[in-house]
Amino acid sequence: MNKDVIVAEGLTKRFGDFVAVDHISFQVEEGEIFGFLGANGAGKTTAMRMLCGLSHPSEGRGIVAGYDVYGQSEQVKKNIGYMSQKFSLYDDLKVWENLSLFGGIYGMPDKKIREKTNLLLGELGFQDERNTLVKSLPLGWKQKLAFSLSIFHDPKIVFLDEPTGGVDPVTRRQFWELIYQAADRGITVFVTTHYMDEAEYCDRVSIMVDGKIEALDSPFLLKKSFGVETMYDVFLQLARKAKRSDN
Amino acid sequence: MEIVSVRNLKKSYGKVQAIRNLSFDVNEGEIYGIIGPDGAGKTTLFRILTTLLLANEGAATIDGLDVVKNYKQIRKQIGYMPGRFSLYPDLSVEENLTFFATIFNTTIQENYHLVEDIYKQIEPFKTRKAGKLSGGMKQKLALSCALIHAPKVLFLDEPTTGVDPVSRKEFWEMLKNLKKHGITILVSTPYMDEAILCDRIALVQDGEFMQVDTPQNIIDSYSETIWSVKSDRMHRLLQDLRDCPWVKTTFSFGETYHVTAKEKATVSQLETFLTEKGYRDIIIKAIHATIEDCFMSLTQKKE
Amino acid sequence: MKQFLSFVRKEFYHIFRDKRTMLILLVMPVIMIVLFGFAITTEVKDTQVAIFDPSKDIATQHIRDMFQANKYFTIAEELSDINQINDVFKKGKINMVIVFSENFADNMIHTGDATVQLLADGIEPNQASMRVGYAQNILSAYLRNLSQADGAKASFQVIPELKMLYNPQQKSEFNFVPGVIGMMLLLICAMMSSIAIVREKEMGTMEVLLASPLPPAYIILAKAIPYFAISCVNLATILLLSAFMLHIPIAGSLFWLIAISMMYIIAALSLGLLISTIVDSQLAAMLMSSLVLMIPTILLSGTVFPIESMPGFLQDLSAIVPARWFTEAVRKLMIQGVDFRYVAKEFIIIGIMIVVFVSVALKKFKIRLE
Repeated sequence: MNKDVIVAEGLTKRFGDFVAVDHISFQVEEGEIFGFLGANGAGKTTAMRMLCGLSHPSEGRGIVAGYDVYGQSEQVKKNIGYMSQKFSLYDDLKVWENLSLFGGIYGMPDKKIREKTNLLLGELGFQDERNTLVKSLPLGWKQKLAFSLSIFHDPKIVFLDEPTGGVDPVTRRQFWELIYQAADRGITVFVTTHYMDEAEYCDRVSIMVDGKIEALDSPFLLKKSFGVETMYDVFLQLARKAKRSDN
Repeated sequence: MEIVSVRNLKKSYGKVQAIRNLSFDVNEGEIYGIIGPDGAGKTTLFRILTTLLLANEGAATIDGLDVVKNYKQIRKQIGYMPGRFSLYPDLSVEENLTFFATIFNTTIQENYHLVEDIYKQIEPFKTRKAGKLSGGMKQKLALSCALIHAPKVLFLDEPTTGVDPVSRKEFWEMLKNLKKHGITILVSTPYMDEAILCDRIALVQDGEFMQVDTPQNIIDSYSETIWSVKSDRMHRLLQDLRDCPWVKTTFSFGETYHVTAKEKATVSQLETFLTEKGYRDIIIKAIHATIEDCFMSLTQKKE
Repeated sequence: MKQFLSFVRKEFYHIFRDKRTMLILLVMPVIMIVLFGFAITTEVKDTQVAIFDPSKDIATQHIRDMFQANKYFTIAEELSDINQINDVFKKGKINMVIVFSENFADNMIHTGDATVQLLADGIEPNQASMRVGYAQNILSAYLRNLSQADGAKASFQVIPELKMLYNPQQKSEFNFVPGVIGMMLLLICAMMSSIAIVREKEMGTMEVLLASPLPPAYIILAKAIPYFAISCVNLATILLLSAFMLHIPIAGSLFWLIAISMMYIIAALSLGLLISTIVDSQLAAMLMSSLVLMIPTILLSGTVFPIESMPGFLQDLSAIVPARWFTEAVRKLMIQGVDFRYVAKEFIIIGIMIVVFVSVALKKFKIRLE
């Protein structure tokens, strides 16, 4: 049996009277591609922040990469990668400078940074863009670079927050191919997305509604149990139940 | 009757060509979708049409008025919802709406019938500060503020970005309802599945329109042979399909792969090929292309 | 450690690649040194003197020559009547009046009753004391020369008087209050109004406003009016406080004082407007307001350091600082109690500034995004 790299038990987050995340429990296996879906306001982002060690749970437990998110959040951060749509790269730094910076932050030795940089640029076909300022790269390239950066230090788990928003269809799929390659190497991928076709690419998907996990299973089984053809239809049925879709 | 007319529009920022020679027309009362990824030039185009930016070359008119010379009159007749939230976060819902009604020299009551369906959904929160609204509600408020003066043409720049599929569906339903009031709507979006909901669409990439037509016509004009392919061991399947000599392109589409095949290739050919490679539960179907397939084929042709 | 260094390096990159901010960060100290270095002087370098000499004899002539020869003094006027003294101070050009007693030379040599009055304009007490000090040195030198040359017992009394015509108790508040009013109004009006306009640009709401029929002029006016109102309230507060808590009288016409304050407020608002057309971020608006407005105002408005003691180029520079004219006018109105004629010049200058700032700003205000 594969080790569980994420274990959430009754994870809860309150802001005053408002319960953003309501006692969620689940496990994620090593090497899994785990889709984390939900409507806006359902509590996805808050839950992810707790798992990344960025926010303390009000109740419950979270173990990520073997460390407790409450007491050992610094260890958690060292062992995970993170990429969000809004930011992952410094626009006014060059491609190699970004890699060097993040490598340094995660404590990689210089030699390793150099080696991996060359490897990465080769894989992505970016060798010519080594010295380009990130802000001059097209969006699709930025996203691919950002993803590669997030796993540059070979973390156990990488958290991706809507990584493909606004990206053209071809690049989106190339991006997911990068995700598959990472999963094949044993990196667990925890991803949120609003593209329902991407939900189909995941090994398992959880859907949050009003702070709770209302469904968690493989896409195939979810569609079967709801009697529908696509993940979009699954989502539709669940989201309609939401009371606080616009809170 | 054309209400928006664009001829040979060009716009560059330094060396970057944001818009390269666009010409198109939008008919009165239609929902015209501009479909393409970020960086395609959608926002630049909208800013030129709403008189906020000057093109380097070319001309555009809104209801016969030139966007450069007659900008003052145009600004009275259009509604604009820019890409990011651009209302006042420290004013309440009601205060924002009143403000925008007033600067357009009208009142909320005068055109309330236009925004009623939308505003009703956020009315219970009308005293809440706009900055504290959820994403979906902010959208609805922004839409109401753009409609409150009964514009002839509505420009919506990526109104559904970052929003979950259900809210997106609701938003588009609101847009469909607006049609009956005769408002022309130009809307840009990176989501290919929203294209179907428009009357006509323009597929845009790198500042150029690759194709303009009704969604159905675009799908009908798709000339490739396209199949959906599924089997066990989907991960491996991708590589094998790509290695297959008579397969042109293979892309993931949710549960299946959409495969375009060279002429004269047949389904049974592919089936045999895959069976020999040891795949089981192989399902290959000829399918209709989706807008996304059309878009991807067009971008590949460009390269 | 590596983590840390790598982050430090990144921060350097951010700074170096933002040309505008770097310009301000590196150029600002240079400008400050120049301004501070030349502007600050505790020496009082240029005293304009008026002489009332009923004696007109050889001794007064010698003394007069010595003053003239001294680089710190310039004999600017010759008074014919003792009643002209107050007037001459009011006009503002004269810093010191020297009054010789009658039959000076005779009394000096024979009776010891000769006197030299040194009347200094007490409006700036520190400077006045220094002027008197220098003058006393010159007179002592004269006496020394005399006794060495003649051996005779010549003497006269030097009566230094800080003619606190307008500042009898030598309160430095009198000096500072006009300056503080100037700085406060500038800060509120210029900095805050420029930030308010730029904030609209940063937030993205400017886009929506521009795409509406709202005339851009309305946007500007609407931004300016609240700050105008707040400034008026603040002005009232300061005047009340200085009158009742610090007991600084408003010697002159309240009406003109308020009038010039309003004009200054409008000038400051137009400066804020001008700045908002040049910058794109609130941060830049703040930096520019401090660099271009606050520092020159503090240093060159004459509040803290005397303008007359600055090198020529800085004096010229101070002529375009609105606060300098405002402070002068307020000082005259509040403390000296002059009437309008004496401050007409300041009114006109500020008026011209308003016209210039507003025209340039309106021309530069973009009705589109680019």
